[in-house]
Amino acid sequence: MLINLHKTFLSAKSVLIAGVLLSLMLGDAYAQSIPSVKLKDLTGSTIDTGTLENDGNPIVICFWATWCSPCKRELNTYMDYYGDWQDETGVKIVAVSIDDSRSTNRVSPYIMSSGWEFDILLDPAGDFKRAMNVMNVPHTFLYNGAGELVWSHNNYAEGDEEELYEELLKLAN
Amino acid sequence: MSGVVKSQATDPGVVSGNISILFQSYEEDTLIGAVVPPAKSGLNAFSNVNYTQGNFSAGLRYESYLNSVLGFPGRFKGSGIGYRYARWSDKEVGVDVTVGNFYETFGAGYLFRSYEARNLGLDNAMDGVRLLLHPIDGVAVKMVYGKQRLDFDSELINGEGIIRGLNAEVNLNDLIPGLEDAKLRITPSYSFVSRFQDGGNIVKDEPSDTIGPLILELPKNVAGWEYGATVHYGMWKGGVNLTKKINDPSADNGYIYKDGEALMAYLTGNIKDFSFLLQRSITDNMSFRSDRDLLLFDAPINNIPSITKNHTYNLAATLYPYATVINGESSFRGELHYKLKRGSKLGGKYGTKMNLVFSTSYSLDTTRLSGVDGIVNGYQRNSWGFGDSLNVQDISFEIERKFSKNFKAKAMYMNLQFNTLATPVTTDFKGIVFADIFVLETQIKTAKRQSLRTEFQALLTEQDKGDWATAVVEYTWSPHWFASIIDQYNFGNPDEAKRVHYLYGSAGYINGPHRLSIGYGKRREGIFCVGGVCRAVPASSGLEVTFTSSF
Repeated sequence: MLINLHKTFLSAKSVLIAGVLLSLMLGDAYAQSIPSVKLKDLTGSTIDTGTLENDGNPIVICFWATWCSPCKRELNTYMDYYGDWQDETGVKIVAVSIDDSRSTNRVSPYIMSSGWEFDILLDPAGDFKRAMNVMNVPHTFLYNGAGELVWSHNNYAEGDEEELYEELLKLAN
Repeated sequence: MSGVVKSQATDPGVVSGNISILFQSYEEDTLIGAVVPPAKSGLNAFSNVNYTQGNFSAGLRYESYLNSVLGFPGRFKGSGIGYRYARWSDKEVGVDVTVGNFYETFGAGYLFRSYEARNLGLDNAMDGVRLLLHPIDGVAVKMVYGKQRLDFDSELINGEGIIRGLNAEVNLNDLIPGLEDAKLRITPSYSFVSRFQDGGNIVKDEPSDTIGPLILELPKNVAGWEYGATVHYGMWKGGVNLTKKINDPSADNGYIYKDGEALMAYLTGNIKDFSFLLQRSITDNMSFRSDRDLLLFDAPINNIPSITKNHTYNLAATLYPYATVINGESSFRGELHYKLKRGSKLGGKYGTKMNLVFSTSYSLDTTRLSGVDGIVNGYQRNSWGFGDSLNVQDISFEIERKFSKNFKAKAMYMNLQFNTLATPVTTDFKGIVFADIFVLETQIKTAKRQSLRTEFQALLTEQDKGDWATAVVEYTWSPHWFASIIDQYNFGNPDEAKRVHYLYGSAGYINGPHRLSIGYGKRREGIFCVGGVCRAVPASSGLEVTFTSSF
């Protein structure tokens, strides 16, 4: 019994350490492009995410849901700055809703009352979410004009938009 | 690993994935009913690793349950590979084939939805073959064939039944030349899903005993099909789905042979500054599983979403969550969203948003059948209308306003009637719980990149466990640190000894896609509901460490 308990702790610990090490090892090394998944937009048109582009300017992809408060805070904050950011960096923000069939029909009325000017994509089956290895929302990805992943951030706290803005400026310069 | 870039000569491919670790250690707390399992701690961990090179990709998920944390299916045991696949996708010719595990959904999932909700322990991944074809513009065909994940014991354990499915969706605008950019877009769809499972007989007693017990043959093949259409007109959208299923006596429906049916219709749109959603949904005998003898969270083939709003505030979301009564319900939902414009007299400098959501669900309008017909078919549905018994009524009103650059607030009022006999979320009370819920959330920017967020919530009710209050205080230092304290207080519990504070504190560090958090305190027993079923998570007390990362 004692031995079993010891083993359990040991393997629990080794998984934990392995996880931390692996993720540190992987650190900031990015060179992934946007995976190709077919999603619908709010007008019913099919968009292949692999073909998302912005004339050589940066693209921000934000995963969010109507039931996720921090996600809505994040995107509402981005909306406050979107005009300025577009002028300065040419950025395009794509907000991908992971609402499933329970709430995907709420996305459109929510967007209309929020005045968001982002490109909105619907991912009700979570195909794009899985392809991007997103576990929880909000999760935000920044791609440079060549379509390479340069920065990502999980969660949102007030002020995170400043970090994104700094990253955008780096790409613009 | 992910640093490998496409080189000009050869493409060595890209590795990507994610890692999640959840560790809990337990302490006894007799007051809240928190127990210590024999292993004293629990650990759930998994990592997805995917390799992509050109049109080819392959990957696996390694999972560990040592032992699984409290509230998870206890039979998830050991470590091993729970998901593996290889995929070839050629967009030019419109062919995409997967062998091994995959997730797939047909339409809204009323007939077929294979998906994962890992934090709830729900995973009904398919294991077999999937073929996706785009033979011509505007036509998409999906074919799936395989078994479904049921369990995990150091390796993947699939359910008994074989599932075969076909889905076709036609985007008329892409199919018919000249209509590509039309405002009106029509997309009809059709699905067919069947399950094979070895049968046998069941014996049912006939109450009047005039003909003796009935010996009924269990159908080996169960079939279901769905007709659907989605119509877009600019930002307006509507849709209708009719689903039918035959030959499926099961543990869920008491082994009756009655046909299953589901009808869902919705419309969303906007008129000036108002936007709305109307939805009507009727579900009749639509439980559909890989194995007719299984119940609750086990191997569902389809998923019928709950009619109620997916609430975010703790007391509104976790005490009385509604799940679709899969054997039969008739439901309605209406939503109205409105924004007072920026700079208007009432809207203030930054505008003000509000929304009203009404959802309700009743039993079906049915008549119980008698005699042999009653034993074989159970009941008949008289109409698509509402029955006599209320399942739930949830009305909520929310208003949100940004007052200045540094201060915003949100308030919510919710009125709830919840039948605990229809959705058994508590054993303390049987009947309708009437509750009023009040929430006030504020957020203050205290310094550059720092903010303080608070939530004050109250749930007032005469029934069940009585009144609750919750306070949440959260402080964040962007972009790396956060700390929060939540106190849930059951101040109105009729049993004075149970008027307990559930105090829980946590803090964490975020660096890009990596997130580590450590929490300590008491966790109230809670209810998770997914696709028509609810699972109770027991109360616990102790330490929790979570780590998530994607790469």
